[in-house]
Amino acid sequence: MRVYADNAATTQVSRSALEAMLPCFTEYYGNPSSMHQSGQDAARLLINARETMAKYLGASPNEITFTSGGSEADNQAIISAALRGARKGKKHIISTKFEHHAVLHAVEKLGKEGFEITLLDVHEDGIVRLPKLEAAIRPDTALVTVMYANNEIGTIQPISEIGALCREKGVIFHTDAVQAAGHLEIDVTKQNIDMLTLSAHKFHGPKGIGLLYCRKAIPLSTLIEGGAQERGKRAGTENIPAIVGMAAAFREACENMAVNMPRVRALRDRLIDGVLARIPEVILNGDREKRLPGNANFSVTGIEGESLLLLLDNAGICASSGSACTSGSLDPSHVLLAIGLPHETAHGSLRLTLSEYNTQEEIDYIIEALPPIVEKLRMMSPVWKKK
Amino acid sequence: MAYSQKVMDHFTNPRNVGEIEDASGVGEVGNMKCGDIMKIFLKIEDDIITDVKFNTFGCGAAIATSSMATELIKGKHVEEAMKLSNQAVVEALDGLPPVKMHCSVLAEEAVRSAIQDYYNKIGREMPEEYKLKCEGCCEDCSKK
Repeated sequence: MRVYADNAATTQVSRSALEAMLPCFTEYYGNPSSMHQSGQDAARLLINARETMAKYLGASPNEITFTSGGSEADNQAIISAALRGARKGKKHIISTKFEHHAVLHAVEKLGKEGFEITLLDVHEDGIVRLPKLEAAIRPDTALVTVMYANNEIGTIQPISEIGALCREKGVIFHTDAVQAAGHLEIDVTKQNIDMLTLSAHKFHGPKGIGLLYCRKAIPLSTLIEGGAQERGKRAGTENIPAIVGMAAAFREACENMAVNMPRVRALRDRLIDGVLARIPEVILNGDREKRLPGNANFSVTGIEGESLLLLLDNAGICASSGSACTSGSLDPSHVLLAIGLPHETAHGSLRLTLSEYNTQEEIDYIIEALPPIVEKLRMMSPVWKKK
Repeated sequence: MAYSQKVMDHFTNPRNVGEIEDASGVGEVGNMKCGDIMKIFLKIEDDIITDVKFNTFGCGAAIATSSMATELIKGKHVEEAMKLSNQAVVEALDGLPPVKMHCSVLAEEAVRSAIQDYYNKIGREMPEEYKLKCEGCCEDCSKK
């Protein structure tokens, strides 16, 4: 059996997204900037896609800027807010310790260029505390950027409350909603979100496309200079096939959210309960309730994540880990360290992320396959024997 | 990053896993912070390694290099075993990805550490060039 349980990394493109995209390669391949019919056909697709994305986010179409993906949108949001702040003498930015690197590294770079950075604790449960945020906001705070839901441990942040607080304090609020979009309800207007990032390939859309929502009142700065595409905020010929695919996937995800997400949540709970019951000395990382419907993240005492992933892969199961060996550095995941895990526990983390394409049979297969693999690695671990 | 077939073979079917209760020498290197710990047990008779076992906490490469290192020193004279280089382990495994080279260094150090322990027990001086240089931090090995 092959089980794909790494949907937080990327997802399979949905049938409807693929079918929406295909004519863009062969029929509607014109450049939306061209005057002729072919170009105008493409321009119409672009308008429709922008309207779809805006509708399901609770935004206006002219508040949507298409980007190459989540990382670009995060960077553009943060740099725009920082430059706007600097013009007003505000050079303080608040974020959290467990943001995605697209946010964290952008913020750290600004830190080297004279901005003062406050990174909020996310506590053992992986959730930011509102009073701590309120205490951190200063008269010179230019931006608060807090992710909607964490990519590794899936914990959902109190976005509506943060939005209301930031609006009251007059501070720009950006949220990286890459893991949340298509899985959780989002309404940028109701939630007082000034800027929001999403990426299509996390909700069964294509890779290489995302967007930045930016409220009308806030000026965007450009990262890429060139033509006047995207109202002059993002140069480069629009990736029409990807944009159309993203809109189709997002519509599908949002329209079916009320049906799909309870089902995914039930699969996740079956997985979490099964793993915790079958394997001793395993802990679930992140709050049990306030987490993404598809996210399960465990720490398996006594073993290292990469070897666990390799054996799972041999058994046909695609998963991920926050161990140093899989992060490409010598340190385990900054997310797991931020929630206070010691290094040894962080090295033994296992992330299984589900989507509506997973079945109960697949979950039961994982629950059956995992215990003997963990046992095999523990039997050769000097750390496990010492216990 | 992809592992060779030999690495995958030694990782999925590691040789000489276990412990030796009355070991003549035991060596442990690495630390939890870096995420790799190797422990090697030697049974030595008349300076010949008659049995060897290992326990490893670590990635696929760490387990495979431990397995291969134990295979390479089994039946060898201790003076020959202490000359086992990380490069020999890597070659026997048909190569390792560059980011995993430190695992082979760890295997070399684990073998020497076990022989050092044996020498300490019988009161013999380890030749200077084979004395353990590992500071216990994986960053040192990555630089090698």
